[in-house]
Amino acid sequence: MGLFDRHAGLLEAYRDVRTTGYDPFQIRMERVLSPTKAIINGRETLLVGTNNYFGLTFDPSCMEAAIEAIRAEGTGTTGSRIANGSYSEHVALEKEIAEFYGKKHCMVFTTGYQANLGVISTLAGQGDFLLIDADSHASIYDACKMTQAEVVRFKHNDPSSLEARLRRLKDSKEGDKPGNRVVVLEGIYSMLGDSAPLREFVDVCKKYGAYVLIDEAHSLGALGDNGRGLCESTGVIDDCHFIVGTFSKTLGAIGGYCVSDDPDFDILRVTVRSYMFTASLPPSIVASVRQALRVVKARPELRTQLWDNVATLYDGLKAQGFTLGPEHGPVVGVHLPDRMTAIGFWRAMLDAGIYVNVAVPPATPNGVSLLRCSLCAVHTREQLDHMVEVMTGIGRQFGVLSSQPKLRAAGAR
Amino acid sequence: MRSLTLRLESRLRTAHELTVENDGIADTLTLTRGVLRAEVIREICVHLEPYQTGEKPITGETVIAKDLTIDSLAIMDMVMELEDRFDVSIPMSVIAEIHTVDQLADTIRDLGARA
Repeated sequence: MGLFDRHAGLLEAYRDVRTTGYDPFQIRMERVLSPTKAIINGRETLLVGTNNYFGLTFDPSCMEAAIEAIRAEGTGTTGSRIANGSYSEHVALEKEIAEFYGKKHCMVFTTGYQANLGVISTLAGQGDFLLIDADSHASIYDACKMTQAEVVRFKHNDPSSLEARLRRLKDSKEGDKPGNRVVVLEGIYSMLGDSAPLREFVDVCKKYGAYVLIDEAHSLGALGDNGRGLCESTGVIDDCHFIVGTFSKTLGAIGGYCVSDDPDFDILRVTVRSYMFTASLPPSIVASVRQALRVVKARPELRTQLWDNVATLYDGLKAQGFTLGPEHGPVVGVHLPDRMTAIGFWRAMLDAGIYVNVAVPPATPNGVSLLRCSLCAVHTREQLDHMVEVMTGIGRQFGVLSSQPKLRAAGAR
Repeated sequence: MRSLTLRLESRLRTAHELTVENDGIADTLTLTRGVLRAEVIREICVHLEPYQTGEKPITGETVIAKDLTIDSLAIMDMVMELEDRFDVSIPMSVIAEIHTVDQLADTIRDLGARA
């Protein structure tokens, strides 16, 4: 058996995808012009699939901070925090993130993926139990492969499903099984843009003495009066023992973090391998992230703009008859009947100058095929109205929408 | 039946020990909990039918990931349904070692007997 034979099925599916002309997984942004525009295939394209929720990648103050940091401290750290030491800015960033959440401790990682991978796999060890939502991000699943703990999945966003699994650990005739219970949740799920019923989950976790770890990757900035995420908007920050997040979305750079009040939290600095054995964030990134956090605090109107844009796109597509994710969210998932329709639709949109993500099994929950749109606070109303119009046209062409223009109930009579 | 179960439970701490010490008693305990092997297999088959290929029937020897068109994610989702149906939790590392319908049924029964 050849090394690549085991990927035969995937290779075949991938070949199908590429027959459409473009490879959706190797798109080349020939030139990025702004948070919402890039040149792709030689044409100016509207970006609605880049997780750039506040549009801060081109924020002048963040860009200046990064440039200054490069001049002052160079382009990179060339090593890990434990080998090459921490720069003052790493420490300052950790202090600022901890303060942002009102937590005592913070650890910063080089990517959000590494934060989840390292923290989750280390917190739950031999004899412990890790309970994860079925729709968890790949970084959480990969942490599960690394941990010595027993891993059990519960149904997506279903507190009673979690409770059944915690109860089984308790009702065992072998007695209440010893070992810590760690429950992993996400603020906003990245494929359909839906939020966890966090308060209900927290109640279940309290009842069974389980630790709560929540990943606010897609909800940082978007949710809560101060943009701390779902833990803030549902009023349970104090009940979330570990909050993980990323700098690569709302904050417009790259990196991950974990905050906690646990007095022994810092021991993770010498136990979490994805922290110890990889180079730390370069000064420019640390500087732009610190500035981006200041912008998030100073400009709450960006959050309002983001949700206004969510409403424009979500309600616009819904009115045309598209099947969408269950609720408004900075990610709007558009359901399509199958993989090839999704890829054809995606390609037609790109030809019309609009870039979104296409998500097909096995990357999606329940085997659904999706166009995944992510909104930006600086999208204009005109851009999004245009997008709804374009998608409606393609939807009719592909037979996803009925060919008759959908009339409002009042107008139909 | 009920009193027998209670008596057995008070006498011996765990069903796991039961299995080791006396298969007959373990079977009795399993029966009282209503987890019959045939029932577990029947339930598994209901979940797997949509993924059947051709005329080949699903049996205990069917290799779930190979003989059927079900993908790994759908297998894990099916396991979640079975977990709730039979009130057991199957760790992901255990699922990874399960290949056939028989193995899945045995795992569910063993875990059920221990619960």
